[in-house]
Amino acid sequence: MPIRPAVERPIPRGPGERWTVPQPVRPTLSELFAAHPRDGGWVGFLTAQIERGKPLLWVQERMAILEAGRVHPPGIGGIAGNPDDLIHVEARDARSVLWAMEEGLRCAALGAVIGELWGDPAALDFTATRRLAVAAERSGVACWLVRLAGAANLSGARMRWRVASRPSLAHPFDPRAPGAPAWDAELFRARGMAPGRWHFAHEAGAAHPVHMVAAPGDRALAAHVGARLSA
Amino acid sequence: MSGRDCPPDAPVVLTVEGTHGPLILAGTSSAAECGARAGARLTDARALEPKLVAVAADPAGDTALVERLARWSARWSPLVEVDGHDGLRLDVTGVAHLFGSEAALAEDMRQRFAALGLTARITIAPTAGAAWALARYGHSPRSPAAGRAFPRGEKDLAALLASLPVAALRLSPQAVRTLERLGLKTIGALVGVPRRSLARRFREADNPLDALDRALGRKPEPLSAAPFEPPPRSLLRLEEPVTHGEAAAQALERLIPDLVAQLERRQLGARRLALTGFRVDGSTAVASVATSIPSREPKHLQRLLADQVGALDAEYGFDGFGLEASWTEPLGGAQESLVEEPSGTRDIARLIDRLSVKLGPGRVRRPRPRESHLPEVASGWSAALEDRPSPDPSGLREGRIRPQRLLDRPEAIAVVYATPEGVPRRFVWRRGVHDIARVEGPERIAPEWWRAPSNSRLRDYYRVEDSAGRRFWIYREGVIGDGRGGAPDWFIHGLSG
Repeated sequence: MPIRPAVERPIPRGPGERWTVPQPVRPTLSELFAAHPRDGGWVGFLTAQIERGKPLLWVQERMAILEAGRVHPPGIGGIAGNPDDLIHVEARDARSVLWAMEEGLRCAALGAVIGELWGDPAALDFTATRRLAVAAERSGVACWLVRLAGAANLSGARMRWRVASRPSLAHPFDPRAPGAPAWDAELFRARGMAPGRWHFAHEAGAAHPVHMVAAPGDRALAAHVGARLSA
Repeated sequence: MSGRDCPPDAPVVLTVEGTHGPLILAGTSSAAECGARAGARLTDARALEPKLVAVAADPAGDTALVERLARWSARWSPLVEVDGHDGLRLDVTGVAHLFGSEAALAEDMRQRFAALGLTARITIAPTAGAAWALARYGHSPRSPAAGRAFPRGEKDLAALLASLPVAALRLSPQAVRTLERLGLKTIGALVGVPRRSLARRFREADNPLDALDRALGRKPEPLSAAPFEPPPRSLLRLEEPVTHGEAAAQALERLIPDLVAQLERRQLGARRLALTGFRVDGSTAVASVATSIPSREPKHLQRLLADQVGALDAEYGFDGFGLEASWTEPLGGAQESLVEEPSGTRDIARLIDRLSVKLGPGRVRRPRPRESHLPEVASGWSAALEDRPSPDPSGLREGRIRPQRLLDRPEAIAVVYATPEGVPRRFVWRRGVHDIARVEGPERIAPEWWRAPSNSRLRDYYRVEDSAGRRFWIYREGVIGDGRGGAPDWFIHGLSG
């Protein structure tokens, strides 16, 4: 079944304007590259876009756990909904990760499947990613393939992101404390829509988790936005 | 057990703790000859025989042994009941001829128990009460013939029981004492007393007349043995041993429908399945899988086992296969589905089963928060195959900001700080230098003194953000001058996004 082009949404003009992350119309495979293997910023960016209320299958390669830590349910609980709905798989190698992800994608009751791979394993070729994309589209389960310390080779993913952390928004009460997280996300390949690069931040108090604001570049403005959001 | 080490004829007694020191629960015959009676104090018995060996009794172990023996005794009779804490009751009606005669049956039992290293006192009698009495009191040296004679009619029975003490009627100690005070020491004496006068004296529950009637077969006393149901199992015997690799998979295909039919008949679902291949040389190869919810769906079970079964090594060939559901749970006759709409929980349970079989149960896990202040303990995991405990909300929903990723082991970092007491300005983690731009904290987590060793140090956690915007969770272990070590070390524990 062919995937329809994603809806293109207007680029925000000013800081604080309501905006959402470009998303595919149907659940499919998205690939996400962490800008730096030890930058955990992408977790917040990703979990913000996951459907709530359904179980989540999170597959981590052993190497990814050793290098960048294990998923910590109390931390993602606030964003991804009920942490009890998490099924965590620790896979020995990339081949097991891909197998577990594909098994998960056959189960339509899941909300999303997230797989983390370290480096550029040989098992991850175009065929493997293509299989994941087809499985995700067939069952309607969103699939995120996270690449830590990997190179953007040929891939069948419909959307490919590169996400880095940005200095956070101003904390509403404490100017020295880190505030709401912000990200610099680059959509460098997308099917049916123009690539782009945006600064996102989590919109505090938003009804829907994927609503985000474009984070302003300079701190003075950030303070202004932070004040507005906390008001 | 220290009693094992002493010579076989040594006087050994089993003791239990009484109010005033150890009491003798039971003893060997040589101990009995030395004057050690059951119920006596150990010190008294030691005064009579200083060489007495005392071993602490293990009542729970004895009960378990008796239960195991009860199951084993099903070889003689389908109805076996555990009687008290040291007896077995078998209904051998219509069974004895299979062993030749009643005497042959009893002899077979005696020999087999002796082979287990157990001395059994075996009696066959028309009533359960009489068997109890003869087994426990009929073997005394005073009436050696009683234990070996098998009474037939009521008269025969009455004659045999007549010489036994009244305690053989399974009465309470009070009733026995009352009867003995009345001078009625044997059952024969009791039979001679007019029924009416006896009936007036005793309560209904503890009536010696009742017990007498049951022993003599005037009142029924049926066995209430719960039938032991073996786990559902299906067997396939082969005429010729097979060695080729697919044999086990083919056997599985044949066995699963049979097992599923058994499960369906008994309204059960399998939680653990094992396919055993019986090799020609008598050894076995086992492939087993577990499921997270009870299931009797043939396709699912076959798929789970298929991988494991392929790895069975035939060696010199299999000549039989057995498929057993060793752990089952009740599963109603639920309709699979009316329309093609998968139900979520079942699908996820099947996914967990498949993942666990392939990757190992320890690698497919669910969060299981625990009561602890330490973050690595509080966010525990448990195998997804296990039954899910009721969620414990205290660990997770505290509203504290926690990192989204936690390192399995906190890693030491090198820090540069402006003041030793305060927050670092820069740290080095895995050769990457991070200049701290913003910081929040500390959040002090004290060591759990009820679990941790007394010299463990508190942790001051800081949420920090470096100049590139990466957020980390670092802590200082201990404070300067807490008397639990030198200068405190810094660790990184988590990453957040």
